[in-house]
Amino acid sequence: MKLNEDVLRGIWKENPTLVQVLGMCPTLAVTNSVANSLAMGVATFFVLCGSSVLVSMVRKLVPNQVRISTFILIIATFTTIADMSLEALVPSVHKALGAFIGLIVVNCIILGRAEAFASRNTVWRSFLDAVGMGIGFSLMLIAMGAVREVLGSGSFLGVPLFGKSYEPWVFMILPPGGFLTLGCLMLAKSWWYARKERLAAEAPARKEAA
Amino acid sequence: MGDLFWILLSTMVVNNFTLTLFLGLCPFLGVSARIETAVRMGLANIFVLVLTSLAVWLLNRFVLVHAPYLRLISFIVVIACLVQIVEMAIKKLSPALFRALGIYLPLITTNCGILGLAIFQTNREYTLAQGLAFAFGAGLGLMLALVLMASIREEVERADVPKLLRTQALVLFIAGSLSLAFMGFAGLGSAS
Repeated sequence: MKLNEDVLRGIWKENPTLVQVLGMCPTLAVTNSVANSLAMGVATFFVLCGSSVLVSMVRKLVPNQVRISTFILIIATFTTIADMSLEALVPSVHKALGAFIGLIVVNCIILGRAEAFASRNTVWRSFLDAVGMGIGFSLMLIAMGAVREVLGSGSFLGVPLFGKSYEPWVFMILPPGGFLTLGCLMLAKSWWYARKERLAAEAPARKEAA
Repeated sequence: MGDLFWILLSTMVVNNFTLTLFLGLCPFLGVSARIETAVRMGLANIFVLVLTSLAVWLLNRFVLVHAPYLRLISFIVVIACLVQIVEMAIKKLSPALFRALGIYLPLITTNCGILGLAIFQTNREYTLAQGLAFAFGAGLGLMLALVLMASIREEVERADVPKLLRTQALVLFIAGSLSLAFMGFAGLGSAS
């Protein structure tokens, strides 16, 4: 039961993008197509899982004062592995993502999880937490990528959807489209929370009426 | 000389770090509520960016030719140390400035604009002078975006905005419009 919770927390209740508002740079920069979002999601997932497990393993060996520097070094190591593997296996994706693979090092989600969770929990639980956070982050990336690619190029994963008569909103795959899409997502989130609060406030009143 | 000027101008407005490359979004969204703090944050950024550019050039020239796989790790370590040294130096030389910058100085370590600059500078194989122009332009661009954002947010504070929008969403919509405006500079000069 508890293990399930570790995974599910990252996907919905504490979703890194929507709820914690961490890791905004890659969320906006690489989501101009679904394929790029997917690649970024997988790379971040790998770095997150790897560094969470390793941080959790060494958590009792590292003195408190050099904790953060150690975490950063671990994260940088895994990012280098991801960077080199992508370059060797799928050079086209590596080229499309460019500097943003390297910038996974400074993605605050990873350091945030290392500090807030992996440094005080067992290896297995840290791994599950990282899996949840990684999936939650990738899902948001793919959602952003899907909206922007469908509207901005009229295709999904490169497959055209609307035929020749569709005039793509090029705006959506350019930088301002990223800000607007994320803004709309945030708006939907606050609407959802406001609605939940209203329903919770009305619930006792309704019970009385019944 | 003309070459350097174009690098500076194009990183400052055409390829603005924050508004078109999405680097350094955390301070852009986080500390852009007041113009005064925005200016200070911008100045601290320019300072660290220029120093980083210098350090990265030295690293690329003398160290990384022998061990290219250490690139990311050495960059992040150098940036962290640099910020620490700058912090200590400012504390010693000018306590007033140190108090004014406050928490913003250490926060710069995790600003992806700094690491982004290091990676871009390496990928584009800039010379020392070009790198410094690039860093200065990037810093000015970050500061420009921060100050613009802060001035808009100060005005919006007094406007009648629906309650639902008074969150990150509003800031992102403003950023979107700013980014759209900056696209007008496209084609002014090339970054190559």
